Amino acid sequence: MNIKPLQLPEAEQLFSDLVSKIRPDINENVALVGVRTGGVWLAQRLHQELCLTLPLGILDISFYRDDFDRIGLHPKVKPSEIPFEVTDSHIILVDDILYTGRTIRAAINELFDYGRPASIRLAILVDRGERELPIAAQYVGAELVLPSGKMLNLQQGDDGKLSLSLYDKQLPE
Amino acid sequence: MISTNPQLNRSGELQHLLTTEGLPATILLEILDTAESFVGVTERDVKKIPLLRGKSVFNLFFEPSTRTRTTFEIAAKRLSADVHNLNIAASSQIKGETLLDTVNNLSAMYADMFVVRHLQSGAAHLIASHVQPDIHVINAGDGSHAHPTQALLDMFTIRRYKQDFQNLRVAIIGDILHSRVARSEIHALTTLGVPEVRVIAPKTLLPAKVERLGVHVYHDMAKGLKDVDVLMMLRLQNERMQSANLPSSEEYFKYYGLTQEKLSLAQHDAIVMHPGPLNRGVEIDSAVADGKQSVILPQVTFGIAVRMAVMSILAGN
Repeated sequence: MNIKPLQLPEAEQLFSDLVSKIRPDINENVALVGVRTGGVWLAQRLHQELCLTLPLGILDISFYRDDFDRIGLHPKVKPSEIPFEVTDSHIILVDDILYTGRTIRAAINELFDYGRPASIRLAILVDRGERELPIAAQYVGAELVLPSGKMLNLQQGDDGKLSLSLYDKQLPE
Repeated sequence: MISTNPQLNRSGELQHLLTTEGLPATILLEILDTAESFVGVTERDVKKIPLLRGKSVFNLFFEPSTRTRTTFEIAAKRLSADVHNLNIAASSQIKGETLLDTVNNLSAMYADMFVVRHLQSGAAHLIASHVQPDIHVINAGDGSHAHPTQALLDMFTIRRYKQDFQNLRVAIIGDILHSRVARSEIHALTTLGVPEVRVIAPKTLLPAKVERLGVHVYHDMAKGLKDVDVLMMLRLQNERMQSANLPSSEEYFKYYGLTQEKLSLAQHDAIVMHPGPLNRGVEIDSAVADGKQSVILPQVTFGIAVRMAVMSILAGN
C-alpha cells in the first residue's frame, strides 16, 4: 500500500527543527498538550527535550469531532488527561500533521471544557496546507504540498524513532 | 455480515441494546472501553461533551425507577442531548393508547432514542422492531427478562477492581427467579470469560434448570461463598415476600442475608455489589453495605459513564 511519489523529509530532522523553534518561548508557565496519537508521541519527546515543569496533557478528541453523525464514534477512544489547571495557563497544543484544521478546532473546544486558558499556541510537525477552517500554527517543522488524494501519516518505531509515510486516502485514522 | 440478532445492524454494529444475551464479547468490551473515557468527564469544569447535541432522548418509564431513570437522564444530558421524561402513569396509556401508538406519536416528534422500562418482558424488543431504522432503543429493564445497562455497569465495576475476568469466581446471591439483573449479569459474565459463575438462593427463588445458563447452583451460603472474588447481591422484592416464596424476611436474612461473618468466607479482597435499592437487614447487613469491601456507590457513579458509552455508540451506528 505504501507508495513513494515524492521524497518525504526525515521526521527526526523536522522534530529537531521544531524543538529549536519552540525553545525560546518556554518558561515555567507553559504546558504542553498532545493530540492522540501522533501528537502525543511528539509532545512526550518535546516535554523531555524542553524540560517542562508542568505535567504533560493528552487529548483524545473523539468526543468533539464534527463528523460523528457521518462516521460514528471512534472505536478506540481513550481518556483525555489534563493533569494541570487549564484556567490561566499558557498551552502549546501539539499535533503531527495540520491539514483541514478540524482536529485542532475540536481540540480547542475540548480544552475550553477544562477551563479558560490564558493562551493557546499550536506546534505542528508538518503543515500540508488545504485548510478548511481559519487555523494557523505558530511552530511548524516543515510545510509540504501533497496530492489531495494522499494521507500523510506519522509512525513511531519500536526504538522510538519517528518517520513519515504517505497512504492513499481511507487509511489510517 | 448478515445478522439475525435484532440488536445488531447489517454491519454487525449495535443498533439497539435490548439484552446482554447473544452479544459478542467484542461489543461488550467496546462499551466498557468507551465508558473509561467518560469517567473523567465528570471531573472537568464543564461536565458535558457535545456528542449528542441536537438529539432527543425520550425516557419512557412505564414502571417506577429512581436511580436508573436519573442516571440515564444525567448520561444523556452530559452528552448534550435533550431529554424528555415521560410520566407514563399520568399519560395516554391509562386512556387506552397502545404501547406502539405511544411510540409512533413520540417518533413523530423527532425522537432519536428511546430508553424504555416496562413491567412486561419483551416491551423494548417490541418497540425496537417497529421504530424507523435511524431510531435507537435501550432496554432499561423489561419484566423479569433483561436489564443490560445494569449488567454492563456491573461488568465495568468488576473490571475496575479486579482488572480482568479470566480468573474470577463470581457469586450472584438472592432472588434469581424474578431478577432481570441476574439474567443479564449471567450472560455478560459468561460471555466475558468468567470461568466460574455461581448462583446462591433458596430453591423457591431459582428458575427451573438455571444450570443451563452455565452457572453452578448453591443453596447454602457457607459453601457457595467459599473463595469467591465478587459477590453480586440482589434485592429481595418485598412483593415476593407476600407470595408463598418465603416464610419471612427475618428467616431470609438468617440464611441468605450478607453479614460480615458470611462475607469472611469469601476471598479477603472480595468486592460486594448491589444494584439497589438496598433492603438493609433483609438481603444485606448495614455493616457490609457500608463496609470497606462494598463498591455499591461506585457502581452508581460508573452507571453514568456506562450509559453515556451505550448512548454514544448507538447514536453513531
